Amino acid sequence: MPGPNDFGMVWHLGWNHNMREKQKGSRAAGLPNDDIGPDIRLELYRLQVEIRDCEKRANDLFFQNLIKGTSHLSLGQEGIAAGVAVAMQPGDKSFCTYRGHAHTLARGVPMEKVLGELMLRDNGLMRGKGGSMHLTSVEHGVMGSYAIIGAHLPIACGSAWRAQYLGQTDVSVCFFGDGTTNIGAFHEALNFAAIWKLPVVFICENNLYMEYTPIADVTAVEHPAADRASAYGLERIVIDGNDADIVYRTAQAAFAKARKGDGPSLIECMTYRHSGHSRADPAKYRPEGELEKWLERDPIKIYRERLKEFGISDAQVAAIDAESKRKVDAATEVCKASPPAPVELLTTDVYADGGWSWRN
Amino acid sequence: MAELTYRDAVARGIAQEMERDNNVVFLGEDVAKAGGVFKSTVGLYEKFGPLRVRDTPISEQAILGAAMGAAMTGLRPIAEIMFADFAAVCFDYIANEFPKLRYMTNGQLGCPLVVRTGNGGGARFGAQHSQSIENWTMMIPGLKVVAPSSPIDVIGLMAAAVRDDNPVIFHEHKSLYAVKGEVPDGEILDTLGTARILRPGKDATILALALMVPRALAAAETLAAEHGIDCEVIDVRSLVPLDTNTILNSVARTGHLFTVEENPRLCGWGAEIASIVADEAFWDLDGPIVRITTPHIPLPAADHLEDLALPNAPRIVDKIARVMNGSVR
Repeated sequence: MPGPNDFGMVWHLGWNHNMREKQKGSRAAGLPNDDIGPDIRLELYRLQVEIRDCEKRANDLFFQNLIKGTSHLSLGQEGIAAGVAVAMQPGDKSFCTYRGHAHTLARGVPMEKVLGELMLRDNGLMRGKGGSMHLTSVEHGVMGSYAIIGAHLPIACGSAWRAQYLGQTDVSVCFFGDGTTNIGAFHEALNFAAIWKLPVVFICENNLYMEYTPIADVTAVEHPAADRASAYGLERIVIDGNDADIVYRTAQAAFAKARKGDGPSLIECMTYRHSGHSRADPAKYRPEGELEKWLERDPIKIYRERLKEFGISDAQVAAIDAESKRKVDAATEVCKASPPAPVELLTTDVYADGGWSWRN
Repeated sequence: MAELTYRDAVARGIAQEMERDNNVVFLGEDVAKAGGVFKSTVGLYEKFGPLRVRDTPISEQAILGAAMGAAMTGLRPIAEIMFADFAAVCFDYIANEFPKLRYMTNGQLGCPLVVRTGNGGGARFGAQHSQSIENWTMMIPGLKVVAPSSPIDVIGLMAAAVRDDNPVIFHEHKSLYAVKGEVPDGEILDTLGTARILRPGKDATILALALMVPRALAAAETLAAEHGIDCEVIDVRSLVPLDTNTILNSVARTGHLFTVEENPRLCGWGAEIASIVADEAFWDLDGPIVRITTPHIPLPAADHLEDLALPNAPRIVDKIARVMNGSVR
């Protein structure tokens, strides 16, 4: 398994290679050639910070017993959520897993709607009927978070099929973890997307662990997603998921390809989750020193350095940091003040008539 | 008016809906160029073309997942799961994805699609290509479940299923594909959740579904002719929604209830109906509610053994005659 110092050389393969070279060139030449620009960079930073703060708040709320059930945080994986979401266009569709808070926030869903759902309050995205693992906000293009591993890859294919059939230009984007690559639906979906040339982009967040087990212990290939790509005629793409710029550029290229009618892409983003699999997991199985190494590669740390490199002032960064904290605090207060949903919701929306009647 | 087979009625029902609505699309294994392994979708590919009638790989999860993704974003897919037994391969979509989507998202998303299956036995296909799975699907909140027994019902219920905003599991019966029936010209649209009294009677109510309907009807004629027992035969047609009014009203008139079920015995659809009738019409009953089912076994391939397993007219007659004569429970 590549170590933290191998980023770029080992993981950075595929079409993106040229763009990274271009980026290096633009850095050497100074700001005018920057292909991303300060506005998008600030947006990438803002999203990462807000996701980080919101996820940390979710963690705190667990320990205050204000969030029940389970929850799966994306601490350490914010670069992927931000990089992909900023590359998306309005109308593009996100299909997420139970580790979906980050992707939901990244599409612009207000923190209070997300935290409210985690706290199972009436103000939550689904008024507490779905919970942490099923965040959905159709108005933001978040077409659901699915808690059965692999199930949403074929579903994203179906959404892409609809776009293709109706001549619509949106792209369906499907996020999943490394563990998903070993279930049948992953393979069925990749083949299906490839043979129908569907405008779908599969984003594998390889955080090195399938729940509690190192993915390398249970997978026949080194890169669980990318090393399977060739079986479906797709390009092998592995990128540094902790560098939001690289994620952004790679996603942009994949979306452009999809919109042109050139079919699906599979992108494996290397990353690391700073906390355990879920609330119940203290992640004691990690070798000593591994987390510390990855904290050196923290996507937000990387991005602060990046902003500095591109001449964005400390004051601008500090303002984003402060605003994020203010937003999380405000959202938390709104959620704490929100009542639980009325009991009438127990039986609503089982069927399309709004009710649950199965007989006359 | 034309005489049509159940098989041709499937294609006609799908074609009627595809002509009406461009958002109706159809996918499955061998359904397009080959016209279906049961030849029930012949001509659709030629009529509606490769964009609307699509062959898929042997990927049941991809078929149902894609149907769902298309349904929740605006299309009205019809998906075929060739043999109903294969529903087990993609049961996640049937049990976890389609039926929970609307509820979990608090109504933000819906899943208007139809899954057609070749259900049931009698074709000597053995245990993995013959099972009746209507009870698997009946037990899941959020699904609708229909199982037509005649060509005209195939068309009318197909139309209703396609137009319904819920996921509908549409169980076609393999052993009925060759059955013929009169079908009027023009559009046919039926209503989900409606049972149909096919033979009025005053002594006992027989509930049946799909292949069991013609067998129940044949049994009723024998019971009338040879035993003087006048049975009312009801084609349940729709397990969800369930037309309990028709059933309870019939039991109130006859005082006796028999179910004829092809599914294996435990938790078969008739058990739920027996429970409803026991709860709500107990004082209308003049005798025990009796379920006539396939035994709780996998289906054998050998013809004489399969024939022994599935309820047939002589067995229905024997059971009902003995119960009605008070000689057996």
